[in-house]
Amino acid sequence: MTYIAKPKLQHPDLPKNKLGYTHRDYEGAISTLCAGCGHDSISAAIMQACFELDLPPHRIAKISGIGCSSKTPTYFLGNSHGFNSVHGRMPSVLTGANLANRDLIYIGVSGDGDSASIGLGQFAHILRRGVNMVYIVENNGVYGLTKGQFSATADPGSKDKRGNASHDDSIDMVALALQLGASYVARGFSGDKDQLVPLIKGAILHRGASFLDIISPCVAFNNHSGSTKSYDFVREHNDAVNRLDVILPRDPITAELKAGEVEDIKQHDGSVLRLRKLDEDYDPHDRIHAMHYLERHKAAGEIVTGLLYVDREPEDLHARLRTVESAMNTLGEKELCPGAKALEAINAGLR
Amino acid sequence: MAQERINDFVIKFANVNGSGSASANQLFAKAILRMGVPVSPRNIFPSNIQGLPTWYEVRVSGDSYLGARGGVDLMVAMNPQTWDKDLASIDPGGYLFYDSTRPMPPARFRDDVHVIGMPLTEICNREYTDARQRQLFKNIIYVGALSALLEIELAELEKLIGEQFRGKDMLIAPNLHALRLGRDYAARHLDCPISLKVRRASAVGERVFMDGNSAAALGAVYGGATVCAWYPITPSSSMAEAFARHCKKLRVDKEAGLNRYGVVQAEDELASIGIVIGAGWNGARAFTCTSGPGISLMQEFIGLAYFAEIPAVIFDIQRAGPSTGMPTRTQQCDVLACAYASHGDTKHVLLFPEDPKECFDFAAQAFDLADRLQTPVFVMSDLDIGMNERLCDPLAWDDSRRYDRGKVMTHDELESGREFGRYLDVDGDGIPYRTWPGTHPTRGAFFTRGTSRDAYARYTEEGVPYTENMQRLLRKFETAKQYLPKPEFRKAVQPSRIGAIFYGSTSPAMDEALDRLEEKGVRLDTLRIRAFPFHDEVDDFISNHDQLFVVEQNRDGQLRTLLVNECEVDPAKLIPVLHFDGTPITARFIIREIAESLAALNIQPIKKSA
Repeated sequence: MTYIAKPKLQHPDLPKNKLGYTHRDYEGAISTLCAGCGHDSISAAIMQACFELDLPPHRIAKISGIGCSSKTPTYFLGNSHGFNSVHGRMPSVLTGANLANRDLIYIGVSGDGDSASIGLGQFAHILRRGVNMVYIVENNGVYGLTKGQFSATADPGSKDKRGNASHDDSIDMVALALQLGASYVARGFSGDKDQLVPLIKGAILHRGASFLDIISPCVAFNNHSGSTKSYDFVREHNDAVNRLDVILPRDPITAELKAGEVEDIKQHDGSVLRLRKLDEDYDPHDRIHAMHYLERHKAAGEIVTGLLYVDREPEDLHARLRTVESAMNTLGEKELCPGAKALEAINAGLR
Repeated sequence: MAQERINDFVIKFANVNGSGSASANQLFAKAILRMGVPVSPRNIFPSNIQGLPTWYEVRVSGDSYLGARGGVDLMVAMNPQTWDKDLASIDPGGYLFYDSTRPMPPARFRDDVHVIGMPLTEICNREYTDARQRQLFKNIIYVGALSALLEIELAELEKLIGEQFRGKDMLIAPNLHALRLGRDYAARHLDCPISLKVRRASAVGERVFMDGNSAAALGAVYGGATVCAWYPITPSSSMAEAFARHCKKLRVDKEAGLNRYGVVQAEDELASIGIVIGAGWNGARAFTCTSGPGISLMQEFIGLAYFAEIPAVIFDIQRAGPSTGMPTRTQQCDVLACAYASHGDTKHVLLFPEDPKECFDFAAQAFDLADRLQTPVFVMSDLDIGMNERLCDPLAWDDSRRYDRGKVMTHDELESGREFGRYLDVDGDGIPYRTWPGTHPTRGAFFTRGTSRDAYARYTEEGVPYTENMQRLLRKFETAKQYLPKPEFRKAVQPSRIGAIFYGSTSPAMDEALDRLEEKGVRLDTLRIRAFPFHDEVDDFISNHDQLFVVEQNRDGQLRTLLVNECEVDPAKLIPVLHFDGTPITARFIIREIAESLAALNIQPIKKSA
């Protein structure tokens, strides 16, 4: 998994999770992205989320498309299988993988070029199919690997490094995800790890199509003034509607809670998503309300972040297809092949 | 009265699409089959749902010639739109059966054709008041009339109606009534029987009657496919639909009511193949079915699967191209597009089924091959065998057969410390080991990518590991031969220096052509190719003959190109025989082309006339 070996030495007092793993067990190869790249913070947040959720790394599959963001799965979870597939086509590969083995956790990593342009179709259809996954778009508004062209999420009027303004309308991935049926929709910022890690954890625990739009500034091509995806701009315009905490079944519940301030959403595995409201008006279970709110605040130049929508009773692709509980890739001749006798009956019906 | 033709004629039904004629025509064909007489029907249909002309051609052949014959002996002309063309297509001395409700001027007929008029519309209007009933039963009425004209046994037709409407018993009596109405009318008013007759025989035997797409779908069920991802495209859609239908019967955990399969109708062909590759990567057997335009759309992914070495099964039910081409007409025109699909240096495994039986066999085998070889495998069917019912040997399965999942390293093997390099050729056959995601906590994970990497799946842009890997893929391609179905050799009755090579749906026409050519004293050895890469037998066959005909259904001689390229043959040695007008190739065409070529080459026994 790594091609640059990291030192094996580790501090004996490194904290371990329930599985006995340290943080190091969730790492991948050393990143080859630019120093300060937002994507590396997202990789770190993914590692932290998996560590804190006590997930065995090998039971996670990382699937990506093509681009800077899609390179990142090499840089986290080195003991997980990864698949750097085709530009814009991560969703179909992930869908197939998920059908083959419903027991793994699927993290799909994509970028704004990968998902909002070449892969917009696949982005749309994986959400409407309800594939159980965490779909992350590391959104920086530019094509990094090809050196700074605008992507489809670049806001109209925002400027590239040479000072040219984007004249096309921008695609809001969160608005699309809400419309297309994602059952967990969040927006985070790579510069706010405290907010981001619980959002990723919540997405992993959610059994349905989770979508995370993570604003992730490109330090090489889109971190200047005039950009709406720079660290400074996002910090100044960040409107967080809520704060999420993820409480695992083993965690003691400590704080006394006042009704109305927080909401506990129980997950399938017994864990709880605890949502603390920052905006009194925001209802994360009302898809239409969320869409209105987002549009209103977008018009006011704000970037709405937080857990924007969550369906308390999500349904995933396997439920819709009514597939068996066992992973498809564990089924053999006994379960799959109807045998010679059944074939004779079929032959008899064809005469 | 013309000379009697028993169990050897072609009848063609000219209908309007959407008029409900298909099931009546099928009933007609099947009744003959039940009398022990082989038939081979073909739907000739437009890219349309309602209103355009459609034809159903039934070749009745006691000798079991199942290829299209060409020509028509009895035309059932039910479509005024195509009257002139239909009339013109009847062989001299043949019959025209038509609806005589509205009188037709004598000029609209032919002198050299027997005309049988029956007032079908009038009978229907008298019998039925509902417009839809009038239309539907008209079809059954003409089947009834034909049964009297051709001496088809009424009991077989009645039995089939009973079977067809089992569970919808209300429909049985009215259909039987319509059938008898037609038969009685014909017996009373028409000159029955005509010189074309069906006579009970025992030439069908144990064979079954089915279409290639249903058979291929059943092969996928037996071969252990659990994931099917597809996008609708003629003529392949019926395969995905058949897979879902078979699975509903054969793949449901009855107690829990849960499915041991998943079918996704994807948003396009790119997503279809992506889903298949994702599932294959993760250890499930997966397939997609498509046609030429779909293959074009899948190119990038096919290259990825080849290079990243991921099992995938692709059914290409070929139709005439390029572009949308003739979407409802048959061809063998994707041979090169599939053999070398994608950018960069690629070569793919192809299988060429000749009939539904081989559609079944090769479909099931394709999943073993894809797993064994860790690569995409193409099953090259076409519209002619895919969408038409064909008489073929019964499907067979050996219960002791086990799925070959190929070289998959298990948890225990990894645990025992066995070395794992995803692209490491440990056995010298070019096939490396793979692991499925989630196998072992600390060993065997790797990163799959379309970019170059070393034998341990580590990213590299170095030239040496890249070329070594590309060479290994060639070794793997060589290894593939030992697993692929071998070509079928048919020796002429006397030693011959000329031969013919053919594949796929050309088989029945070729078999018939060989018999006729033999009668003329033309001796041809033949080789039916069943797979690519080509076995050594193909090279041997070519080098053992002076001249070879390569018979195929496309314009450019695609298999011939592949032979020239892969076997390094002198192109002059391979004479193309190419049929590509969208209709299935016929024995008549093959005989004519070969006879002309032989005459031009001045080869015995056919010499230039002057």
